[in-house]
Amino acid sequence: MYWTYLRRELAGRKKQTIIVAVGLAVAIALVIVVNSLSAGVRDAQAQALESVYGVGTDLTVTGAAAEPGEGGGQRFEFDSEAGETTDGTTSVSQSRLTADFMRGTLDAATVENVASLDGVAAASGALSLTNITFSGEMPDRSQMQQGGQGEAGGEPPSGGPDGAGGSAFDLNSFTVLGIDPDDTAVGPLSAVEVSEGRALTADDAGELVAVVDATYASTNEIALGDTIDVGGSNVEVVGIITSTSSDADTAANVYIPLDVAQSLAGLDDVVSTVYVQATSADQIEAVQAEIEGSVADVTVSSQSDLASTVSSSLSSASSLITNLGTWLSVLVLAVALALAVLFTISGVTRRTREFGTLKAIGWSNGRVVGQVAGESVIQGLIGGAIGLAVGLAGIGIINLITPTISSTSSTTGQGGPGQGGGPMGGGFGGMAQQTATEVVLHAPVTLWVVAAAVGIAIAGGLIAGAFGGWRAARLSPAEALRSVG
Amino acid sequence: MSMTHPAPASVDAAASSPIYALQAVIREYQQKNRKIRALAGVDLEIREGEFVTIQGPTGGGKSTLLQMLGALDRPTSGAVKLGDVDLANASNAKLGRVRATEVGFVFQGFNLIPTLTAHENVDMGLEPLGLSSAERASRVTEALAQVGLAERADHLPGELSGGQQQRVAIARAIAKRPRVLLADEPTGNLDEHMRDEILELLEGLNRDGLTLIVVTHDSAVARRAHRRLRLEKGSVREI
Repeated sequence: MYWTYLRRELAGRKKQTIIVAVGLAVAIALVIVVNSLSAGVRDAQAQALESVYGVGTDLTVTGAAAEPGEGGGQRFEFDSEAGETTDGTTSVSQSRLTADFMRGTLDAATVENVASLDGVAAASGALSLTNITFSGEMPDRSQMQQGGQGEAGGEPPSGGPDGAGGSAFDLNSFTVLGIDPDDTAVGPLSAVEVSEGRALTADDAGELVAVVDATYASTNEIALGDTIDVGGSNVEVVGIITSTSSDADTAANVYIPLDVAQSLAGLDDVVSTVYVQATSADQIEAVQAEIEGSVADVTVSSQSDLASTVSSSLSSASSLITNLGTWLSVLVLAVALALAVLFTISGVTRRTREFGTLKAIGWSNGRVVGQVAGESVIQGLIGGAIGLAVGLAGIGIINLITPTISSTSSTTGQGGPGQGGGPMGGGFGGMAQQTATEVVLHAPVTLWVVAAAVGIAIAGGLIAGAFGGWRAARLSPAEALRSVG
Repeated sequence: MSMTHPAPASVDAAASSPIYALQAVIREYQQKNRKIRALAGVDLEIREGEFVTIQGPTGGGKSTLLQMLGALDRPTSGAVKLGDVDLANASNAKLGRVRATEVGFVFQGFNLIPTLTAHENVDMGLEPLGLSSAERASRVTEALAQVGLAERADHLPGELSGGQQQRVAIARAIAKRPRVLLADEPTGNLDEHMRDEILELLEGLNRDGLTLIVVTHDSAVARRAHRRLRLEKGSVREI
């Protein structure tokens, strides 16, 4: 009789049932989508971090920030015979490989020192560099010096790219990472795979060989076997690599052996970053403190510190979803629950004679309350089922659209003032280099989100049923029958 | 075929034991800062197998008295006994048990569940008894047959006439085989023809031994009773 009565009542009050169910459905769908998007953004942030810092990196160790005025200052210098001259135009080109002048480097021995600390599962080091190529065309300087071109009363200027004595210069750059191929357990190399050719090996020490990021290679039409100018030296491309995440690029454009990177950059046996993996999540704080205590003049950053370097739309999306999305979900859920409670209480009031009659013919309070609560729970489950379907559909649509979000992590490179004779004077300031990553936003479906949706539906029904049941329990059969004559 | 009832099938009700004994029953309500005295010291005995009508003006306390007899309400003071059960001092659970097994109630407005069929409405009355589904089905069928609605078992109340709805309500009340049937204006919403049908049905049940107490202001109904009581300004007298 219980289920027959329940079914008939819900069918007989379709409008109320629909309103309550739809209210709960909207709330539950919103909770599902917001939670799924939050998880998706967290995954995207993790991906963005992985592409830069590799899989399993819990901490990074970098040199202390440089004092203002310290470091930097590498310049592009051309002597008077530099470049090639053709038809009155001199073409010059020079590449420099430089470390981040905003931050000091670390002795390479730091990697082993850190790896030997308690709580450290693995450590690897890498040298982050920027290759800057200065190139351009200018009028033949020898003509200017001999024939007094441009001087007062002399012949009108000629040569140069415009033929009228003008000059044009270009500045191009790409990121270079000097790596130790033996240390791949943690760090940028832990998140890459070879798509063409081969990876760097220990035998490549001292060799002018490189592996190149697939996206960079494609954009700059670099193929396996080509040579590229790195720091003024011709380096052979022996491999093309991609990120293990299909939605992100690798940490740098070009990878070369660490000793070669140090040599081409004119540096000693140094690294710019040590990547550290702790033995467990509980150990991270302790390891961080230990490193800071045992290695001088370093900055130790945890995952959350690293996350703050990932800027732009990814963190904006995270904020939006977490703050606005969560509050919106809570508000809609509260409204839906309030609706359910009000409708249930109103329904009990409207059924005063009915419940009074049931009590008069012998139904106990518990039986009547159970009937009211059961109707509410079923309404909640209907809303939950609809909300789950709508929420999953929403997630499906997001995953179908696959929106991309850009994330950037900032590092600084260096340029220097040009020198040499002629009108090419002045300097060029340091330039900010940014590692841009396009991350595809997915909205994952997790079991707990489904369980949470069902739980909210049942809880909503129970809460409404509790209020309605309380109202029904308070009904005195005599008063109920008296009130309707 | 008639249903058996616990009361003896005796024509001479005066010789049987009292099923109800009321002593100095007072019932007062608080209504908008005023104290209303619905029953002002009622002394009454009703015997097994009697057909009693209670008449009186509107607001005279008739429905209040009926609710007291039906264990729906307690007196402010005084004693109300149904057999050995002291209804004035019994627990709520005990009163519920009395309503479920001892007393059948029929209302003026029928009070059927509009979304349930005639069969299901009668079955609702058996819900508290904890019977097996086979026993319940048997009793429902028997009760509907007794009121002449066996062929309308799967009709909703909205598909039945007023008289038929009241028959379903009576079937719901007698399916549990109560000791007493209490009816509050059972013919109030019916025309003359249906009123006579219902009265005949009730008289038939009374002849089978069911104690019948009917509140009515219809003298045509009252004339059919063995005893006629009048309740006016909270006090009862025989008429």
